[in-house]
Amino acid sequence: MAEIQTIPPAAAADRPVIACRDVAKTYAMGGGVVQALRGVSLDIFAGEFVAVMGPSGSGKSTLMNLVGCLDTPSAGRVAIDGEDVSDLSPDQLSDIRSRRIGFVFQQFNLLRRTSALENVMMPLMYARRPVTDRAERAKRCLGMVGLGSRTDHFPSQLSGGQQQRVAIARALVNDPTLLLADEPTGALDTRTGMEILELFQRLNRQGITIVVVTHDPEVAAAASRVLTFRDGRLVSDRRNASPRDLAAELAALPPANDEAGEAVA
Amino acid sequence: MTIIDGIRMALAAIRANAMRSLLTVLGIVIGVAAVITMVAMGSGARDQVQQQVSSIGANLIMVTPGVRRFGGVAVSGNAILSEEDAAAIIREVPGIAAVAPTRSGNVQLVAGNANSTSRLEGITEDYMVAREWTIESGRSLSSSEVRTGGQVVLLGQTVARELFGESDPVGQSIRINRTPATVVGLLKSKGQTSFGQDQDRIVMVPLPTSRRILGNSRIQPRRVDTITVKAESGGRLGTAVEDIKDLLRQRLRIPPGGTDTFEVRNLTEFLSAATEATQTMTMLVSAVASVSLLVGGIGIMNIMLVSVTERTREIGLRLAVGARRGDILLQFLVEAVTLCIIGGAIGIGLGIGLAYLIGNLAQWPVLVQPNVIVMSVLISAAIGVFFGFWPARRAARLDPIEALRFE
Repeated sequence: MAEIQTIPPAAAADRPVIACRDVAKTYAMGGGVVQALRGVSLDIFAGEFVAVMGPSGSGKSTLMNLVGCLDTPSAGRVAIDGEDVSDLSPDQLSDIRSRRIGFVFQQFNLLRRTSALENVMMPLMYARRPVTDRAERAKRCLGMVGLGSRTDHFPSQLSGGQQQRVAIARALVNDPTLLLADEPTGALDTRTGMEILELFQRLNRQGITIVVVTHDPEVAAAASRVLTFRDGRLVSDRRNASPRDLAAELAALPPANDEAGEAVA
Repeated sequence: MTIIDGIRMALAAIRANAMRSLLTVLGIVIGVAAVITMVAMGSGARDQVQQQVSSIGANLIMVTPGVRRFGGVAVSGNAILSEEDAAAIIREVPGIAAVAPTRSGNVQLVAGNANSTSRLEGITEDYMVAREWTIESGRSLSSSEVRTGGQVVLLGQTVARELFGESDPVGQSIRINRTPATVVGLLKSKGQTSFGQDQDRIVMVPLPTSRRILGNSRIQPRRVDTITVKAESGGRLGTAVEDIKDLLRQRLRIPPGGTDTFEVRNLTEFLSAATEATQTMTMLVSAVASVSLLVGGIGIMNIMLVSVTERTREIGLRLAVGARRGDILLQFLVEAVTLCIIGGAIGIGLGIGLAYLIGNLAQWPVLVQPNVIVMSVLISAAIGVFFGFWPARRAARLDPIEALRFE
């Protein structure tokens, strides 16, 4: 069976969404050279919920940038969905991000003067989707994150948790293979953070592959697999046999006095 | 991303910073308004002069006796032009449609107990053709009347109104400086010249008759004051002027290198003299306007650079969700162009308003030509592209990781 080199034949049916082989990244900084990643190899498969942990400077953000196709490695190969992205031009990387990757940031990064719906529609414009079905797709994604009735709200009219849900809807709108979240609960209080994690778990059960970068063990405990980085190396790759069940935890909490999303279908 | 997406985003961004945007485009507004105002007033004036010149008659050359002056001192006497010179012109100069020798002077007119003053032209039949006069009622002068000096007269509208009120003057008798004449025709009105002269204050009699009324030259009994020459086409005017000069030099025996004692003027020279003033003015204002547009353009560039820096995170986000560099470039370029076109549009409105205001106050004709408006819009857009390109390129070249980290 002649397959692409980076994909093991045995895994053809279950090929990795992310495949890294001996990935290294060095930055020139000041006078010296910083080795952010020193040869990392890993596979992440479809349907996984992976947490990437490590102290700052461990290389986890660098890995996130490479896997998110925001940057290319200094050495080694990175493949997304079997497609080698190690040597692509900035515009080719843009296209990969547009089609395959949804980003969720700690600071939400919503456009302030733009409604929730338009924020979610924005990536569709760059994916060159026809104008006519942009609104419909965006509304469906807002429905998925429990904000179906708040499409016309502006970010300033939404709570932090709701803003992060809009950002998640924006990340999902192009049907990405991979949802990449960088400290998605970092700017939220505990309960709202739990609700966001619960949403991630629900999206993951629907088959969406999720990678969350965090330094918070509580967040990592919600994932089914935890990768730990230190000094630019992958030091631990651990399966989590019993991830937290956020839905149950939230149900056990006293009723909230705040917003959250509406009940989700 | 389509251009419509770009325009939508641009309008949203401009609206978000409405005051700043307005101040930024002020340079463009002032520059465009100045150009529009000046061009409207300049072309209004040119248009009016043009209309008047063509109401005098198209493709005309005027031959008059004239003194070449040297430091204010006449260096030779006036030539005396005669009917024979006029005949020679039509005989020997090619491309001439009509030649009309005239005697002219100011006269007193009396009809019953009404009286008036007017300019009198002693004419031949060609005069009507050359100066494009037409008859409103009655008839023109016949060739036998012109030859024999009949006691007949054509009245201009102003004169007819002053002598006869609203009643028909045709068939009535008047006295011109005590010489009696019968009115045979009423001329169609031509209105005022640009210099406020009433062209309808005129009476026309046969050339021999005018000599009896105005008195005659003892030296040259066939003397005329002006020879009006009509060329067959505008293109022939230049050569016709030269040919006439050569011919008259010969006939008046002016030696080579001698001073011309007559003047041959192309009426379109009048036109260009009249428009030269407004053109100089227009050029002056255009120079000022260009500086204003340049400064305006630099203002646009400045504000776009500020905007790019302010929106670094937004640019990072857009890149992260799949925008290509070209999309970012287009977004900021469209924003700069939209800004400039808005400025241009305000400038056009302001310029037109100002032109009509000044035109009203100064009694100056104003003409707004659509092509000037189209040009202004295009120039504004070009300024947007030119001065918006560098900031837009800077935005497009941002590194998404750096941009997302920007505080």
